[in-house]
Amino acid sequence: MTQHSLELLSPAGNPAALKAAIEAGADAVYCGFADRTNARNYPGLNFDVDEMIESVAYAHSKGAKVLVAINTFPPAGEMKSWKDAIDNAAMAGADAVILADIGVLDYAANKHPNLRRHLSVQASAANPLSINYYRDQFGVKRVVLPRILSVDEVAHVAKETGMEIEVFGYGSVGPMSEGRCFLSSYMTGLSPTSEGACAPASHVTYKEDGDFVLSCLGDVVLNRVAKGEGAAYPTPCKARYVACGKAGYIFEDPIALNALDILSELKKAGVTALKIEGRQRSKAYVAEVVSAFRKALDAVETGETRSTDDLSELSEGGRQTFGAYKKGWR
Amino acid sequence: MSNETAKSARLTLGPLLHHWTPEARRDFYFRAADEMPVDTVYVGEVICSKREPFFEDHLPEVIERLKSAGKEVVLSTLALVTQPREVKAIREAADADLIVEANDVACLEALHGRPHVIGPFINVFNEGARDFVAKNGAFRVVLPVEAPATSIKVLADNAGKLETEVLVFGKQTLSIAMRCYHARANGLTKDSCQFVCGLDPNGLNATTVTGDDILTINGTSTMSNGYGVLLHELDALRVMGVTHFRLSPQAVDMVEVARLFRDTLDGRLAPAEAEAKLRPVTDPVPYVNGFYYGRVGLSWNDRHAA
Repeated sequence: MTQHSLELLSPAGNPAALKAAIEAGADAVYCGFADRTNARNYPGLNFDVDEMIESVAYAHSKGAKVLVAINTFPPAGEMKSWKDAIDNAAMAGADAVILADIGVLDYAANKHPNLRRHLSVQASAANPLSINYYRDQFGVKRVVLPRILSVDEVAHVAKETGMEIEVFGYGSVGPMSEGRCFLSSYMTGLSPTSEGACAPASHVTYKEDGDFVLSCLGDVVLNRVAKGEGAAYPTPCKARYVACGKAGYIFEDPIALNALDILSELKKAGVTALKIEGRQRSKAYVAEVVSAFRKALDAVETGETRSTDDLSELSEGGRQTFGAYKKGWR
Repeated sequence: MSNETAKSARLTLGPLLHHWTPEARRDFYFRAADEMPVDTVYVGEVICSKREPFFEDHLPEVIERLKSAGKEVVLSTLALVTQPREVKAIREAADADLIVEANDVACLEALHGRPHVIGPFINVFNEGARDFVAKNGAFRVVLPVEAPATSIKVLADNAGKLETEVLVFGKQTLSIAMRCYHARANGLTKDSCQFVCGLDPNGLNATTVTGDDILTINGTSTMSNGYGVLLHELDALRVMGVTHFRLSPQAVDMVEVARLFRDTLDGRLAPAEAEAKLRPVTDPVPYVNGFYYGRVGLSWNDRHAA
């Protein structure tokens, strides 16, 4: 397999998606165990221990890496599942674990010093000092930056820390400081930080209201659209509220992040790995996005200029943004 | 409640999370010094570094006044640090001759193990994280607002010297961001914000599209619409080992709020009586306590039903 200087990291919600991602050209895949130890704990997703062992073996046979996300925050008195997850990831031969909680990082650093540790976006480390803390205290090798920094800020962090930097290239826009957002539990009682599920489908309902459809999370109405317009999935940070007398998406529009056209800028900024978001997405989605990014990254490496694939059909709300990468977003 | 336990129950005034005028802020802290029965006062800006210069000149005077009144003074720091000038400010705070409340891990790196308070914006949800920060200089941990009673019980019962603080009054901060939603709601951006957050001393109300009050916008943060109130739960919290009880400043008569909580902690007022007296002070804002019970955060659970 050719060595790409910018690593393409794909999500995998199950072993089939992992294979599809690697076939489509992913250098590495990230995934999680089927429990609340990771931030995409949705029904029918993720890997049991045997699947993890087989998937790591498969990936390694293809020259690809597997990173295991164990990136939620264990509630007090319940750390065992998280410790087990780390032990199991080590046993399966994972190339790295992606962690966020200080207690979990401490356990991993002491128990499995040779298991590579990456800092999850859930730790919300957005400046050189914070990143250095995790490096100094827990020997973290790579940091996944929150989706709130501009390209210049990413470059600054890369230069100041000398760490491996991973950023999001495609998927949801995360406007909040991740791992510290309690909006979903405020509305549902289930915590994304400890249960690993933001806006869980079990708490989502759609109600007819005359010519409109209301999207609700718990008892809270998060959007109202005309019938036939296609109801938006009710996520608290991409909902419509009324403030200052106007109804609008006060946090973030339903829109997808797409960095396909700024890959060379990100590379220049010192980025090591480019992450596609969406472990909850289908195998077909993963294959299509990975393949578009593979082509674009290869073009960046060869210095060739070519038009990038159009992914707007796959995007949330059919619309795309550079998000925080470009000035003016905040 | 034994006398000893009652005595060890400290009432604290958390950092002011809203953007009040420098004069209002100064007068508020003078009243805190002179009239509020609180043991500790947290000063400093947590939400937005752009607000900091407004109060810089008053801060030394306020700290002096609070210390003279016998209060422990703690300097709270930013919850989300991104800019180089914010990193510089964190380093300066860490080197200052004051106890610091760290709200971003950046602060822990700058403190190099010097004694400090872990604020509610650093996730300490379990004993692993608690023991790690305690080993590295934290002498008090303010638990995240989302922590349920089942977690508080485990975390506060540590039999060590570590103190545990819980928010018992005030809007709960539910998220912090890089973007300023207060500016955005007013058709502005963070860089051109005109400090519109100063127009709303208790935050900007956001309702659902069907008109229900749901959230409060406060600069780059989002808060509960209701006041988190753990008045009926004070005794239970004390039994769990919680040592410090935080009141978060709101644009209401905070002297009266502090008196009601102090009287309840000291057994001079029954919780139900205290609630009956608190309601007129805080009307018409509703109360929430769902996180404590591990339920929908915005719910209000009657202590008998809970």
